Amino acid sequence: MTIGGHNRGGAITTAVNPPSRRLYRPRDHRVIAGVASGLAQHLGVPVLVVRIALVVLLGFNGLGLLLYAAFWAVLPQQVVTADPPQRRDLAMLLPFGAIGLGVVLLQALVFDDSVAGTAGWLIAVTAVGAGIIWHQSDPTRRHLGGAVPQQPWLAAVVAESDRRFFLFRFIGGGVLVATGIIGVVAVYAPAGSLTAVVNGVIFALVGLLGVGVVAAPLLWRMFNQLRAEREGRIREQERAELAAMIHDQVLHTLALIQRNSADIKEVQRLARGQERSLRNWLYKPSASPTERFAAALEQAAAEVEDTYAISVETVVVGDTECDERVAALVAAAREALVNAARHAGVSTVSLYAEVEESELSVFVRDRGAGFDMAGVQESRHGVRGSIIGRMQRHGGKAEIRSAVGDGTEVRLTLPASRESVAAAKEAAR
Amino acid sequence: MTEVQDTGTDRRLTVFLVDDHAMFRAGVRAELGAHVEVVGEASSVAEAVSKIAAIEPDVVLLDVHMPDGGGRAVLDAMRRSHPHVKFLALSVSDAAEDVIGLIRAGARGYVTKTISPDELAAAIRRVADGDAVFSPRLAGFVLDAFASRPDVPVADPELDQLTNREREVLRLLARGYAYKEIAKELFISIKTVETHVSNVLRKLQMSNRYELSRWAADRRLV
Repeated sequence: MTIGGHNRGGAITTAVNPPSRRLYRPRDHRVIAGVASGLAQHLGVPVLVVRIALVVLLGFNGLGLLLYAAFWAVLPQQVVTADPPQRRDLAMLLPFGAIGLGVVLLQALVFDDSVAGTAGWLIAVTAVGAGIIWHQSDPTRRHLGGAVPQQPWLAAVVAESDRRFFLFRFIGGGVLVATGIIGVVAVYAPAGSLTAVVNGVIFALVGLLGVGVVAAPLLWRMFNQLRAEREGRIREQERAELAAMIHDQVLHTLALIQRNSADIKEVQRLARGQERSLRNWLYKPSASPTERFAAALEQAAAEVEDTYAISVETVVVGDTECDERVAALVAAAREALVNAARHAGVSTVSLYAEVEESELSVFVRDRGAGFDMAGVQESRHGVRGSIIGRMQRHGGKAEIRSAVGDGTEVRLTLPASRESVAAAKEAAR
Repeated sequence: MTEVQDTGTDRRLTVFLVDDHAMFRAGVRAELGAHVEVVGEASSVAEAVSKIAAIEPDVVLLDVHMPDGGGRAVLDAMRRSHPHVKFLALSVSDAAEDVIGLIRAGARGYVTKTISPDELAAAIRRVADGDAVFSPRLAGFVLDAFASRPDVPVADPELDQLTNREREVLRLLARGYAYKEIAKELFISIKTVETHVSNVLRKLQMSNRYELSRWAADRRLV
């Protein structure tokens, strides 16, 4: 809850009642706004008695209505954890309408001619304007941010997500007050007197100033609270996100590492996977591996890292759209990484890819055992089928350099075809 | 270079550690003990600046992310007054902006904290000798930063563009080649490879504002 809300509620409860039982409007057991049941609960009398008393009081120049409206306006609503009712916001505006109407009724009862009626309406307008201003500066209303009604027109009336709206309504309320005061003065003043109108304007300005003075501290406090709250919310959200991530990934990884501490390979695999995921979370904007070349390569490298517990030092210069041919290049690179992981007997493999105007190139290098290309049996399909053959089918080239004891480098190149360049330009547009 | 280092081990290099994690400092100190002489450590920018000025080590191992400004602040404070102190960035972050930022600020190399102790010792030695330490990833970032765009006018082409040879060297570095292997591949001497790499580093540190802002804009850093 906010300070403002407490202040207002507190002032009323301490002034009128012993503090042991707070006076508030309950959310349940209510017919209109819960004033009657709130009073009944507080006074310890049946609800019916309070309601009857209010209805009876209605006979005295609408006193019942006025009382109800006044209580409605000032009583805080019972704080509950459940979702607030959707209409509360609009409902809280109604009392001021009610006050205005009550005043009109009162006027109509006391005077019987049309002038008084007009004056009554103007006073009503004043009351509504003041009500809007006062209501607007009520800090508790800000909690309704999430409970703005679904209907667009209603949202436009009560939503205050936007500061401009707030200003608009505040000024609107002020104009209403001014109009009302000017009107009252003009109507009651002798007809045709210019000084009276001027006086009216002055009165109106004084009235506005008064409203401003009254509302200023509230407004100031509200703005401060609003800002502090927003910052707090953002911080809280970030914290929650971080906590969730650490819980879901880091803590689980650490637990797994503790249980597998004897298995060095497994520990390394877990640590590496976690490191990569944290890094991506911290530094990298995520791109879809099905759409971008760099993201696809990094994903392939990550899979190999996870599966074979090696580290792949991935460096990608430039990036491009992913199409079928690029996907084939990535698949061939992945196969080369798998080969290096399985046969080279090393812990680190380098993966370098470069996107140039004319071609895409990928290099996979290890410093492992190496092998003799001529000695590879015809029946082994890994290199011939998955790497060389695949590249050839898609118009690219694969070259494998290896020497026993000196490691292996697989060089894959794929010319940037006219179609793919055109497609990339199309996508960029 | 102000002093020519003996490549032998008769004179131990003095190394200073700057890192806000005490555990990590202790670990590095233990790992490096056999190779170099760790002469001091600091956990904050202010502490680092005053101690480095007093001790004047050969090489400073510099963490990138610290609460009060990070490695960048230390470099900015020390670079002018102590040009003979070499800085090697040692960070857990390998984000492009961190790496390039530190190099531009004057670090002679950049390695990540997953580096093995032997490799770290070798990197320290190389930095102390006046060379640059380029990881494949750093080479990739540099290639990215200097990606050739023929239609872009360059104020000082001599300074801002990489030569073809330098580009080749960087590509091989990025592909995981060691200096020795690069020399063999390109039929040049290791010394030439080192010169190329040093030139790249210099260009990176001195390349003009236009280049830098383009690089940053490309990565939506500004």
